[in-house]
Amino acid sequence: MNPKLTRRRFIKGVIASGAVATSTTIWYAANGQARPAGAVERMIRININGQMRSVDVAPQETLASTLRYKLGLTGTKLGCNRGECGACTVLVDDIPSYACSVLTHSVKNKRVESVEGLEAANGDLHPVQQAFVDELSPQCGYCTPGQVMSAVGLLRSNPNPTREEARQGMAGNICRCGSYDSYLNGVMRAAQIG
Amino acid sequence: MAYRLIGKDFVPPDVPGKVTGRIKYAEDYARDGMVYARLLTSPVPHGRVVAIDASEALAMDGVYGILTADDVYPDGEPQSTGLKVLTNEPTLMGEPILAVAARDEKTAENAIAAISLTIERLPFVLDPLDSLQEGGENAYNGGNTFIFRQGFAEEKWTADQVASFRSGNEPTAEAQQSWEYGDLEAGFAASDFVHETTFSTAGYPHMSMEPRSAMAYWENGKCYLHGTSQSLSAIAEPMAAIVGVPLEDFVFINEATGGGFGQRARAGSIPSMAIPAKLSQKINRPVMMRVTREEEFTIGGARQGLQGWVKVGFKRDGSMAAMDMYCVSDNGGKGGGGDANSAAAGVSALYQTEAMRFRNTSIGTNTGHRGAQRGPGENQIMAIMAPIMDKAAEELGLDRLEIRKLNAAQNGDVSGPRSTPFTSAYMPEALEQAATQFDWEGKKGRSRQTNGTKVRGLGIGQGYHNAGRSGMDGLIRLMPSGRLQIHNGVGNLGTYSYASTSRAAAEVLMMEWENCDVVTGRTDRHLPITSPQDGSNSIFTNTRTCFGAAQDLLAKMKEIAAMDLGGDPADYEIDGSRIYQIADNTAGMTYAEVAQRGMELGGKFTGEAELPEELNTLTALSVSRLAGTGLMGIFHDPRHNDNPPGFTVTFTEIELDKETGKFEILDMVTVAECGTVVHPQGLANQLRGGAVWGIGLSVLERHLYDPQNGLPASSGYWQSKIPTYLDTPAQIGTGWVDLPDPENPVGARGIGEPSMGAVSAALNAAISDALGGHLFDTAPVTTDMIINHIAGVSEEATPLAQNNFRG
Ligand code: FES
Ligand code: FES
Repeated sequence: MNPKLTRRRFIKGVIASGAVATSTTIWYAANGQARPAGAVERMIRININGQMRSVDVAPQETLASTLRYKLGLTGTKLGCNRGECGACTVLVDDIPSYACSVLTHSVKNKRVESVEGLEAANGDLHPVQQAFVDELSPQCGYCTPGQVMSAVGLLRSNPNPTREEARQGMAGNICRCGSYDSYLNGVMRAAQIG
Repeated sequence: MAYRLIGKDFVPPDVPGKVTGRIKYAEDYARDGMVYARLLTSPVPHGRVVAIDASEALAMDGVYGILTADDVYPDGEPQSTGLKVLTNEPTLMGEPILAVAARDEKTAENAIAAISLTIERLPFVLDPLDSLQEGGENAYNGGNTFIFRQGFAEEKWTADQVASFRSGNEPTAEAQQSWEYGDLEAGFAASDFVHETTFSTAGYPHMSMEPRSAMAYWENGKCYLHGTSQSLSAIAEPMAAIVGVPLEDFVFINEATGGGFGQRARAGSIPSMAIPAKLSQKINRPVMMRVTREEEFTIGGARQGLQGWVKVGFKRDGSMAAMDMYCVSDNGGKGGGGDANSAAAGVSALYQTEAMRFRNTSIGTNTGHRGAQRGPGENQIMAIMAPIMDKAAEELGLDRLEIRKLNAAQNGDVSGPRSTPFTSAYMPEALEQAATQFDWEGKKGRSRQTNGTKVRGLGIGQGYHNAGRSGMDGLIRLMPSGRLQIHNGVGNLGTYSYASTSRAAAEVLMMEWENCDVVTGRTDRHLPITSPQDGSNSIFTNTRTCFGAAQDLLAKMKEIAAMDLGGDPADYEIDGSRIYQIADNTAGMTYAEVAQRGMELGGKFTGEAELPEELNTLTALSVSRLAGTGLMGIFHDPRHNDNPPGFTVTFTEIELDKETGKFEILDMVTVAECGTVVHPQGLANQLRGGAVWGIGLSVLERHLYDPQNGLPASSGYWQSKIPTYLDTPAQIGTGWVDLPDPENPVGARGIGEPSMGAVSAALNAAISDALGGHLFDTAPVTTDMIINHIAGVSEEATPLAQNNFRG
């Protein structure tokens, strides 16, 4: 992070970067920011869902903002935008991470996976997605993409978890509908079919 | 009765979109030229806007406009405690005062920073009893209470009256509201065990996962609003009125809603959606207003807190002979509610109290936007009552299950101040089934068993909510393609009721579910009026309408077949998407053919004539727009009789560590008594979700405000202590009684709310059991209260404190 960036400026930047659906050139004008002179590279390439995407990123921009508002990947949800709920969970090099609390610049040499990247080319659902459908894991669905990504991350590191391990592994994702039990049923089923 | 679809699991059509992230919530939409709104909110818990100078902000590059309360209410703000779109008279810290639209949120934020707001700081109050006391501050400008049809008023008790209540005595002041039935005095005289106590239950926020973001634009004079709701069709008309546009020029788009829990049922509780609509009208651009978590906390709703006193008497045999209840309800800074009344009615329904008196006074505080939250009233009071039931059982030498069976509601029973009969009631069966599933007989001996510092506690809880309404409309179309279009305005909230109630129509017409489409998601798809999907009523209410519409369609199909193929309509029956003569099944028509024929005939067959007279406005509009597009089934549901209850029973076992005050839930089983089961997976989800909410109410969630400045200290998920995976059991057992209700055509009643009450009751009872029957008389019972009790430390510095720590 830019050492000159104060916390307040960071937070304001987060708010702002969540707001832009237009082109990145306009984004700079819109935010009254001149392109920085070399200090931080703006146009970066990120590996998202297996594709290299070029995207113009502000220094204080979060990964959730980039995904949702620059790349149109709105499957990643914002429940709190402050690292409390897990609705924004994506995988960064296979590790479940809160995209609202990760700066996009920090992932430029990493693999980012969002919920949109899970289906097979033929449209088949990922085993976790299929298991969540079979178990009717979601209720309102707003936390679901985050739950899916946490489950995928968990099963990559521990393909056969006990229910208790799954519970611990999923504990970073809040579900206000209280569908925890149904999500755990989904994780256990996915472990079987995966 | 054997059904093809009712009682069977299926994949609701929106589920794949939820697991792939493809389904869209309001904030996921964008439009060309869209600009962004941000809010300037009240920096004080109670104030009056004196002046707004936005000239500098409006001159800034990229700023498009401002919306204030004066724009929204040119004739002055309505005088009520209801949440306003924007206000000049905030009674909540963080209440929206104005909105600015700009090309991006940062510019909007900068513009807001440049606005000079002059606000007069007014005194505020956090605890209803502090406000009630003579000389106490008032939360509202016109007083500390709002009386229906009269307006703001001031309600004050003497300092002695408040002090006496706080120290555990029956309030002596006259209450604002009361009802009574039976002979209370005789009931107490006939009682062998009488328990009297004060109690308190905390208010806390709904915290739906999706903040109430909204986006709006205008096109050809029509307003298109992307928003959030529990029911698209219940919201449409009042929301159009708030925006100030005729219903026919208003399109509400709401494919998915990220949680409601009572707070998104009615337009009046989500008026903020009108902000982007009105701003967009003013500046002639699409406007997106993203709502932050903190804003959602402030305007997103909260449960009412209750400060109360109860006296309850039991006869020798364990029957509840008399109950006297007095509540002071926290109406918060905005909104209000009927939690106390529902709490009393709930006790009457669940325990079949022979004589009862209820009194209540509602007082405002500058805390939270109050309104219905999952089982408002019933779920709080059950957490208080369950340990009292156990105490009565202990004193009278009865088994805890037996005392509940003795007082249980059954067929033919009545409840409440008007002695309303139940449509049907099978609480004894539910208790029996849950006891078996949990193995109460095998486990009850473990009550209070210790192992080192650990002690076991067992609890039984019961939940209740009135769970069904009527008077709504049904609307379906059979298309020339042979597909059935079921128009349903129930919101996609995660209950899947929008789809499961639609299956009642497919059931009547014996159609394959694959040949049916549920038409919903936006009001310009022409929806009938449906229930607001609150009060656990969708399953009951909307199976009635879908069933009725299908019966109307079936009658029309038979009429067409008789017209074309001869005989009488009664000579025909259906199967396999065909209508045919009973005597000769080769004489028939496919559904596609009969739909085509209906289109040719027009008139009543296609919604162009002979409509049910009582159709609601929205339905009539939808029918007029669909007229001629298919063979239509249209139905207005007459009123049903009596009270359709949703009942639940929970058994739980915990292990409490006396050194830390923490406990683990070892086992939990919840059984529903909600008539015929329509959708088993959906029902199980409601029971599990309700259990998580019950745990929150029982031991975790409460409002906390800083007494010095009135700042909310629980505006985030973390501080508000929403239960997580680790606060809830890794597995919750579920079951259901599955006996049909006579007032519903498929026998179904609702369950969403009581699923929570039984758990809050069972868990509080289990904690009490583990601590030797100690009654905390409060919810939540937090770890610090448990550890203080074990240490013999006085639990409360300010008894009955609301919206603050008790000690
Ligand atoms: S939105 Fe990222 S943790 Fe809540
Ligand atoms: S399904 Fe609604 S928040 Fe998890």
